Amino acid sequence: MGEGFISRGFGGRRRRPDDSRLPPGQYLVDGFPVLSAGPTPLTPLEQWDFTLVGEVDEPKRWSWEEFGQLPSEEITTDIHCVTKWSKFDTRWEGVSVDTLLEGVETSAEYITAYCDGGYTTNLALEDVTGGKAWVAFAYDGEPLEPVHGGPARLLVPHLYFWKSAKWVRGLRLATQNEPGFWESLGYHNFGDPWREQRYWGD
Amino acid sequence: MVARLYRTLWRIGEVVGVVSETPRTKSLVLDVPGWEGHKAGQHVDVRLTAPDGYQTQRSYSIASAPEDERVVLTVDRLDDGEVSTYLTDVVTAGDRLELRGPIGGYFTWEEGDGGPLFLVGGGSGVVPLMAMTRHRATSGSDVPTRLLLSFRSHEEIIYREELEDLAAHDGSLEVFYTLTRARPQGWTGYHRRIDARMLEEVSWGPHESPLAFVCGPTPLVETVGTALVGLGHDPARVKTERFGATGG
Repeated sequence: MGEGFISRGFGGRRRRPDDSRLPPGQYLVDGFPVLSAGPTPLTPLEQWDFTLVGEVDEPKRWSWEEFGQLPSEEITTDIHCVTKWSKFDTRWEGVSVDTLLEGVETSAEYITAYCDGGYTTNLALEDVTGGKAWVAFAYDGEPLEPVHGGPARLLVPHLYFWKSAKWVRGLRLATQNEPGFWESLGYHNFGDPWREQRYWGD
Repeated sequence: MVARLYRTLWRIGEVVGVVSETPRTKSLVLDVPGWEGHKAGQHVDVRLTAPDGYQTQRSYSIASAPEDERVVLTVDRLDDGEVSTYLTDVVTAGDRLELRGPIGGYFTWEEGDGGPLFLVGGGSGVVPLMAMTRHRATSGSDVPTRLLLSFRSHEEIIYREELEDLAAHDGSLEVFYTLTRARPQGWTGYHRRIDARMLEEVSWGPHESPLAFVCGPTPLVETVGTALVGLGHDPARVKTERFGATGG
């Protein structure tokens, strides 16, 4: 439905600034909107750790201090939220998921990111490896604010931003693709904004 | 496990009524053929198409109860909004709107979910809370319910008369207001932004394990979420949804 439909009297104010960078159905914002399903968790750094569990030869764990000593990268990227806003040229610093997975033996093809507050999201392993995903701890040169997922969040900018789980505490590797929080509630299992994979069946 | 797959189809609804709620807020009453119902708290995506094919989408919360055969969207007009200005300035009865949904399965309340219910909203954040309140009334639920609603001024209060009417006939429903800017003479409600003290006064204690839904701009949601957890409420019983100023 909808082929040929015109909204009477609608001209459209905000034209796409750069078509090649804005996925279908998205509009550009300057601010940084905040979305989350519950209160912002405030985990003290001395209680924070990051773990790799599941289908791995040996689970791994980093304290905040150990995590801070891992090699990090600066990332400048566009981000796209399923609620329709996109933001260009966001600047992050984080540890590549490749770095975290270095030396890990696994038969897994999927991961679930788990977070403070109980949030989870599922991703294909190939969507978080090969320089496509980071655990980010700084935004725009500053420590990542709790409201935006600090102390650390997943950053998977080529997928809708709910996949970039805030307050991330670890990755569970798995052979099966297990729907996470939003993925169990009607949102798409993969979430590619360029294919407009917002909801189940898209 | 693979989630059950169904397509969330684009549908065309007809606007059968427009209600001016406040100077900058209107409710669009829609007849949506094939609508399969919704849960209170869910939203729809609205898609506008210009004659040259340009399209844009936004999300709007459903204000009506699931029992209502019409789908009602309440739209707050943002001066720089591309879609909200169209929906509030241009759309009239008889127009058609393209939409799909319902969407969102977390910020929802059904009668069987119980309570007590604590609904906290700021501005148009009241919309999904109103769907819950209407559902509660329509389904005959007597779940003890308190609303704490923040608006800038008295004339910006959305659904004021309907809420007054509901509360007047229902001893288990209470509505509290706070006005953050102008207040009329003789105003007896709160006159400041929602804070921890106000929440402690209005809400049930943590031992009563209320189910809280908080919807509004990010600063309000952050304040309320953090304060409720600080007062001892279980974070898993505090559900939030935000209306960013960058909406449209």
